[in-house]
Amino acid sequence: MSFEVGSALSIGAILFTVIIVAAMLIWVERRLLGLWQERLGPNRVGPFGLLQVVADMIKIFTKEDWVPPFADKFSFILAPPIIMVVILLSFSVIPFAPGVGVIDSDIGVLFVLAMASLGAYSVMLGGLSSNNKYALLGSLRAAAQMVSYEVFMGISLLGVVALAGSFNLREIVLSQSDGWFIIPQFVGFVIFLIAGIAESHRLPFDIPEAEQEIVAGYHTEYSGMKFGMFFVGEYLGVVLVSSLMVVLFFGGWLGPAFLPPIVWFVLKASFFIAFFVLLRAAIPRPRYDQLMNYGWLFLLPLSLLNLVLTGAYILWQEGL
Amino acid sequence: MFRLIKDTLGSQCVTLWRVFMHAFAKTDTVEYPDVQPQMAARWRGRIILSRDPDGEERCVACNLCAVACPVDCIALQKAEDEEGRWYPEFFRINFSRCIMCGFCEEACPTNAIQLTPDFEMAEYVRQDMVWEKEDLLINGTGKYHDYNFYRIAGKKIAGKDKGEARNEEAPVNVRSLLP
Repeated sequence: MSFEVGSALSIGAILFTVIIVAAMLIWVERRLLGLWQERLGPNRVGPFGLLQVVADMIKIFTKEDWVPPFADKFSFILAPPIIMVVILLSFSVIPFAPGVGVIDSDIGVLFVLAMASLGAYSVMLGGLSSNNKYALLGSLRAAAQMVSYEVFMGISLLGVVALAGSFNLREIVLSQSDGWFIIPQFVGFVIFLIAGIAESHRLPFDIPEAEQEIVAGYHTEYSGMKFGMFFVGEYLGVVLVSSLMVVLFFGGWLGPAFLPPIVWFVLKASFFIAFFVLLRAAIPRPRYDQLMNYGWLFLLPLSLLNLVLTGAYILWQEGL
Repeated sequence: MFRLIKDTLGSQCVTLWRVFMHAFAKTDTVEYPDVQPQMAARWRGRIILSRDPDGEERCVACNLCAVACPVDCIALQKAEDEEGRWYPEFFRINFSRCIMCGFCEEACPTNAIQLTPDFEMAEYVRQDMVWEKEDLLINGTGKYHDYNFYRIAGKKIAGKDKGEARNEEAPVNVRSLLP
């Protein structure tokens, strides 16, 4: 059994690592939030509180797994695994390092975007089947937010695709060997970052699950491991968006040779995960209409402009 | 356009930077069971009954604390000893009701009842939260070291007649003032 793209070892290692990392983010986020709020965060269970995740898992697995009698049982149970499955599927096209990956797809970028769109079904079904006003409001918001931010999430990536000349994420990384795409595609990066936060509905765009307004949004009625799947799904989304940013704009595994490629990838992705937590610690939530206005009236034209300018630049480079 | 960018992205970046700089600030958390917190002297915690500098109970069982108590957690019964001093026959505070408001301390005319900075009062059995006089009495004078009610007030007790208190003049024979 060799360690190459698509081998069972590679797939198993990636699946295991990604899920463990997503679970550990519960602890990482709480510690980092504590750091930035001049607190300590969980530090009692195990060294540095690392076993807090284990305690949380034991708790969430032993919770009563309850389906409300007024809920639509089938879609209520169906909703949480969807978000886990689609995000884990998105990881299949991510090139972590040379030889580490699940599949070398020529439609990698499109596949990720498609899976992100399917993720909207999870929150829609979850909110709708809960038969609860807050859950319905949350899922309405989530659906509108995800659909509208997907539009220019895709468009912001087209600049990168045009520069690299490929939808294959591995080739996109390789084409950055003489310069990361963050420099020519800075606007695209900012738009993708904002859209990525909105797609994974993390703060400041956690409007679908805004606790202060609508209890917990679409997963109000969920408990036990079904809630846990939404929860881990959110963290998986954070890891996915961070990995995508690294792959698309920061040269993936590329870096000075004194560290192995996978370490460079992990370092860069960790940076963005920490940045996500910093966003949560720092920035308050916008109003819902502000979010939609900002998306459609500002980011969409900006991403189109970015695409046009990138195209013009490429044509100018080729001398028409 | 420029203003929009400045107001949205610019101010957000400043916020991000300022919050990030908090990473290098000292944490406020006191890891309580491992590190004892520094309690202010005026902290309103566990209630005690103090003694006067002579070592006698200060409480004169006037009941003002029980009246002032908003949750009625103080119960006491007045008694009088052979010297003529008033003292509580029993003095009972139900700490499961007490809200540590400190009204009893303010109401007390003899500085007997005082609140202390101790807050570790958890019990497993609710009945253990009821403290009797023996539990409440301390050996010291608490916050007021020199105050001694019976040495200042005009009340007559054994060994101290009328007019013998501090700064008190001897009683005037009102009949001598008659014209």
